[in-house]
Amino acid sequence: MRSPEAVRRRAMTGAILLLLSVGAITTAFPLLWMLAGGFKPQREAIDFPPTLLPQEPTLDNYLRLFSELDFGRYLLNTVLVVLIGAFGVLFMAMAGYAFAKYRFRGKGVMFFLVLATLMIPVQVTMIPTYLILNGVKLTNTLVGIALPTLVSGFGVFLFRQFMSTIPDEVLEAARVDGAGELRTFFQIVLPMSRPILAVQAVLAFITGWNSFLWPLIVASDQKLYTLSVGLSLLNQQIAVDPALQMAGASLMVVPVLIVFAVFQRYVVQGFALSGLK
Amino acid sequence: MRRASLVPYLFVSPALLLLIAFGILPIGVAAIVSLTDMNISGLANWSNVEFIGTANYAALVADPDFWRALGNTGLFVVVGVPAIVIISLAAALLLDRADGRFARALRSFYFVPAVTGIVAISLVWGYLYNTQFGLFNWVLSWFGIPQVQWLTDPWLAKFSVAVVAIWRGTGLNTIIFLAALQGIPREYREAAALDGAGEWRTTRSIVLPLLSFAIFFVTVTTTIAWLQFFDEPFVLTDGGPLGTTTSASIFLYKEGFRLNQFGYASAGSIVLFAIIAVITFVQLRLRRRDEES
Repeated sequence: MRSPEAVRRRAMTGAILLLLSVGAITTAFPLLWMLAGGFKPQREAIDFPPTLLPQEPTLDNYLRLFSELDFGRYLLNTVLVVLIGAFGVLFMAMAGYAFAKYRFRGKGVMFFLVLATLMIPVQVTMIPTYLILNGVKLTNTLVGIALPTLVSGFGVFLFRQFMSTIPDEVLEAARVDGAGELRTFFQIVLPMSRPILAVQAVLAFITGWNSFLWPLIVASDQKLYTLSVGLSLLNQQIAVDPALQMAGASLMVVPVLIVFAVFQRYVVQGFALSGLK
Repeated sequence: MRRASLVPYLFVSPALLLLIAFGILPIGVAAIVSLTDMNISGLANWSNVEFIGTANYAALVADPDFWRALGNTGLFVVVGVPAIVIISLAAALLLDRADGRFARALRSFYFVPAVTGIVAISLVWGYLYNTQFGLFNWVLSWFGIPQVQWLTDPWLAKFSVAVVAIWRGTGLNTIIFLAALQGIPREYREAAALDGAGEWRTTRSIVLPLLSFAIFFVTVTTTIAWLQFFDEPFVLTDGGPLGTTTSASIFLYKEGFRLNQFGYASAGSIVLFAIIAVITFVQLRLRRRDEES
């Protein structure tokens, strides 16, 4: 026989799970709607009443993105911007290592500058950064698109925190064995920092893939558009073709969802860490 | 710790140079440009740029569009911050309470919006909001409600745009709250339960006070995010109808990159920066006073 208390607890747990399920479906619904919409024929997507699932599923919209529109190029540009982002992760790791394991003149001031950048809103840097990039002739280049967000002060900070936990003895031993400074970094420090590297790499992928403001500002040549800018144009040019829009949106969201599903642990860890700054 | 001549500088310099070039230097550039009449002709040739003192700031104060953008932004903050804090806190408390494999699987759903690209998401919501063939109006038609102008009615558009940002902003903060909840030792709650405190009472008197730092942190960062609100209205309404969803950031973007008034927009960005700094500072002070009492 169960006590009334236990019955009440079970009922409570059931109610909470039900509530959570409703919340989860509400949250996920726009994404499911997007996926379904991408496979609907153009006519069906503007039918009223709307159909929940595509009645005559088609790949036409995806084909049109790549044939009539230039989404192949946008996709390639986005991948290139993400790849340039990998250098950012390396730069942040290097800086974090120096701040964690070396003593040098100006270290305090430099670290303060790193943290100060966390407080500057993007609206303030938007115009000056454009002027600076224009001054060094990097507007309208993929490097120019990637450069402003390549390195984040918070990333440097996280690398420093993690790398200060690496015992000095390990580094000393490597040096006694005759390894140079660079070799110590690449063969000892980086492999030992794998957890934080994974977090940063996944976050850099997501930021680079999704980035919108900088590509919008820096790329005026259509050949340099990323997926996000190409998509926003789709909104302005062809307002009555939601099927095509949903296909384009899926093309942008699905790769991130896959990365998220595979590396969820690192993403969640990275976001949780951002709550500790 | 190592003392080595040039090595640490080599390690630091790539990241530091980038941070200075795109994080620190722009502040100075913005401040200087804000005192000039820099526009598209100045971009081509610096000799076309002239110092005009504080004329840009005076013009801003007299610009009703700027005031309206600030007013819209204030409204977004007042509505959006409590909404995001309360929803993500509630979601985190429930997710933390319901253990087990099923609840764990549900978690991912709540996190997903945080990683999706805003342009794609805005298109999806724009489709849902569509007046003629959107899903929302169809659902409302079951109840005999006539077509709702989600994105073209001046007041409703503000709300529609904010809902998308709330939907997207909740996941990240839920993660932060969950991490904080998991840092609370089990013994605290067990002790409260032994003393006869019910679940609701334990949450209110033990858990929430222990979360106060996380709540504070999320409030501050969410406030800053709303003060910089840009992406959703930019894609969904382009600041319309009639400027009702034009946030301060959209105003600055349009002045700067559509009208090429770099000097004027820089002055506006400095003002926005000052507002963000003051609000954040006040929040920090309030928190400190809270801790002292």
